[in-house]
Amino acid sequence: MRPEQGRPTRGGTDRESDGADAAGEVIPIHTGADVSRVRRVATAAMATIGASKIETTRMVTAASELARNTLEHGGGGEMRIAIVGRMSKRKVEMTFIDQGPGIPDIHRALTDGYSTGGGLGLGLSGAKRLCKEFEIKSAPGEGTIVKVASWTERP
Amino acid sequence: MTHYLEPSRIPIFQIGDCLLLTIQVDLEDRMIMTLKDDLAERIAKSHAKGVLIDISALDVVDSFIGRMLANISAIARILDASTVIVGMRPAVAITLVELGMSLQGVRTALDVDRGMELIRRDTSEEAGRLHEA
Repeated sequence: MRPEQGRPTRGGTDRESDGADAAGEVIPIHTGADVSRVRRVATAAMATIGASKIETTRMVTAASELARNTLEHGGGGEMRIAIVGRMSKRKVEMTFIDQGPGIPDIHRALTDGYSTGGGLGLGLSGAKRLCKEFEIKSAPGEGTIVKVASWTERP
Repeated sequence: MTHYLEPSRIPIFQIGDCLLLTIQVDLEDRMIMTLKDDLAERIAKSHAKGVLIDISALDVVDSFIGRMLANISAIARILDASTVIVGMRPAVAITLVELGMSLQGVRTALDVDRGMELIRRDTSEEAGRLHEA
């Protein structure tokens, strides 16, 4: 897993660009202040796609949980954020990448209350519940990639 | 690159025997750790009976901040003060529950007035009990 060699996310079906705001942004995560920055960037992206207040709160909360995981368990890393899709189908996609120790048992890590960091163990499982799309890739010694996406349904 | 030399502190006001603080910024982890310490000191020094924390300006409460709010309540309780969290936004409440946090042991009220009322009731009940004893 070598994220520096290119985008770790595989191209989705609607990855083609949709103007300037579809350009991805990379936010390094190495301090608590970076976790705050991740929240601000996620909030701005959700505003750009016109997401509802509750959907924005869910996504930004998930971003906060995942960024803290990257910092505390992954030993730091980065978040890549992009707006993908067109028009009313636009969504915000965030990918958290670290090259930390990785997760030996993903199934267990996704269980509420399972924690190795002295927290409540709600980070991963909570983020999964809060986002519409959730994907995780990890193996011992190979770091962790978590990709989430969310949007607001439009009538 | 911005450098954060000293985390800014959240001001704590005192009204009667109640401490009041408003969280108005995106909370950085270090800031709430500082707040926890500051508040414990202030409770002990001021003999405050109540702590009112207004979070109406917070648009995100993640599990870390939630845990800190619960810790602050627990510390205050041990120092003989009751804590009420006021002004939580509806979207924050929904998200906290979906996240799996029910903030057990943390008392909440919709606004500052109702929060004050809860604390006042607590204090007078306690005074009543002491009077009976």
